[in-house]
Amino acid sequence: MHIVVCIKQVPDSAQIRVHPVTNTIMRQGVPTIINPYDLFALEEAFKVRDCHGGKVTVLTMGPPMAEQAMRKALTYGADRAILLTDRHFAGSDTLATSFAISQAIAKIGDSFGAPDIVFTGKQTIDGDTAQVGPGIAKRLDLQQLTYITKIASIDLHAREITVERRSEGGTQMLRSKLPCLITMLEGVNTIRRGSLDDALRAARFPILKWSAADAGIEELANCGLRGSPTVVKRVFAPTPRAQKAMQIDTTDKTVDHVADEVVASIFTNQPALEVELSSNGSA
Amino acid sequence: METQKSETPSPAAGRAGMKKELPNDFQDHRDVWVFIELERGQVHPVSVELLGEGRKLADKLGVQLAGVVVGPPDGVGTGPAIADAFAYGADLAYLIESPLLANYRNEPFTKALTDLVISHKPEILLLGATTLGRDLAGSVATTLQTGLTADCTELDVDADGSLAATRPTFGGSLLCTIYTLNCRPQMATVRPRVMSTPQRVAKPIGRVVRHDLTMVEEEIVTKVLGFLSDGQTEDANLAYADIVVAGGLGLGAAENLQHLKDLARTIGGEFGCSRPLVQKGWMPLDRQIGQTGKTIRPKLYVAAGISGAVQHRVGVEGADLIVAINTDRNAPIFDFAHMGVVADAITFLPALTEAFTKRMAPRDRMKLVN
Repeated sequence: MHIVVCIKQVPDSAQIRVHPVTNTIMRQGVPTIINPYDLFALEEAFKVRDCHGGKVTVLTMGPPMAEQAMRKALTYGADRAILLTDRHFAGSDTLATSFAISQAIAKIGDSFGAPDIVFTGKQTIDGDTAQVGPGIAKRLDLQQLTYITKIASIDLHAREITVERRSEGGTQMLRSKLPCLITMLEGVNTIRRGSLDDALRAARFPILKWSAADAGIEELANCGLRGSPTVVKRVFAPTPRAQKAMQIDTTDKTVDHVADEVVASIFTNQPALEVELSSNGSA
Repeated sequence: METQKSETPSPAAGRAGMKKELPNDFQDHRDVWVFIELERGQVHPVSVELLGEGRKLADKLGVQLAGVVVGPPDGVGTGPAIADAFAYGADLAYLIESPLLANYRNEPFTKALTDLVISHKPEILLLGATTLGRDLAGSVATTLQTGLTADCTELDVDADGSLAATRPTFGGSLLCTIYTLNCRPQMATVRPRVMSTPQRVAKPIGRVVRHDLTMVEEEIVTKVLGFLSDGQTEDANLAYADIVVAGGLGLGAAENLQHLKDLARTIGGEFGCSRPLVQKGWMPLDRQIGQTGKTIRPKLYVAAGISGAVQHRVGVEGADLIVAINTDRNAPIFDFAHMGVVADAITFLPALTEAFTKRMAPRDRMKLVN
């Protein structure tokens, strides 16, 4: 069984601040992490390997510094790590990203055996688009299984997979075929610590760095800015509301008194709400 | 895996100033389309919101608005969906009915929508940013090799007729406006509840254009074995609740969530939380409010012990009245709340519940007398 997990190194968005004057992102000192959603995909890949044997190849596209993320994935227990890095990829939108990654996965297939499952997280925390996974599936003609909460079973002999998928208002049970692409929902598992052996191995393990040419990409026009139909025209900070909140202090009044004031004020602002609440008799 | 573009938020990436030079193949693309999502026979509210937004875009461009309905035959869900499309402003509707479209599966839905686009050439195609809409939009855009902007919060048409799609980036700390150059259709998904629901209009009829799905069951690899609906009682319906009460780290301990639930029950609202509480495992993910959770648009939003990071802000900005409770008078939540109480949520929430109860009490007493 060969499993490819696509991950991304992202800035820890919880620690990003916007410069109050220039409205630009202050990225200095912001740590980078493996996209948290991708860790659910990585752990699920390990669980499949635990059951069915095989290898887990981790793939990322990014700048050379994304090697750190690869190293981390190896300490968790990945068998192989490939970093797709080339200036031709700079400025890729989701369509161009899915092109480059799908080409790299095809090349991985040539070199190490075609993957049975490609895993990704449901989305990243910096782009939040959830589009690259479906893009890869479409380009490689893999069955697309998104927002998966559980892999119920895999029958390697019949090459069948049964999964549970989160959808609006419920859970879908699906049976599909390998090879497939799975995007994992958050909170379904916890990434393992990895063994001491893995940690020692990861420190020296050679990470394969592939350029566009190494990945067998010939149509460079499909990569980077040239291959991206979408263009960012403008970046700006959300406009602050002109008026700050009317603040009510509880220091010199009793809490009960302030609470009465707040309720009165809510209903002054939203008279319809009082009518609604009273007619419902919910209070 | 994600777009590299988001790593360079400055628009100086080289193409921002580029002019649109639409190839001839795309010159005849017209009209604005809204994909009408059916959730087990019911029109998803986001589709209605999109029809309202689509109507505005179509009027600006001087083109028609079309609803796209795909589903099982015999009009169980598709009939009402078409009626809704016209009632909320569509001029025409494209319809594909097939037993293969009874439950959502990527393959037949992608085929249906892609075929319609190729035959009828829309200029703009909008879908809800639901699990279905995002799954489908990614496949359709890749098949058509066109641009797709995810999770938009604002749509507009600029002077040269291009779709300007604005979306949060970097976890909501910045907004960016994205254009699709040189490809058609221009595709976007839009979060539920960020656009307002339009008025129903008395325009019950329009043109229906029917198509066949050129696919048979044997061609579809993935099969639906079953569907387990969320229990009605446990199902958090945050996105469409009129009153939402939410808590953050300021609540201190999991047992203090009870104060939140008490208030929510008293005033007939839903309860939710900010991201850290989900990470701590105090509340399930479907109750998380904010950029990576639900967007809400209630009449009243009470934020208790929530500091108000941008990620939270983008999820609640649409609320009519935001009441914030926080011990820190400099907390960012007070920058966008309408009313702020500088107090400890743990003591203030019970007082607020009591105050609501008191206010509503006379009527209750009347009930007891009667």
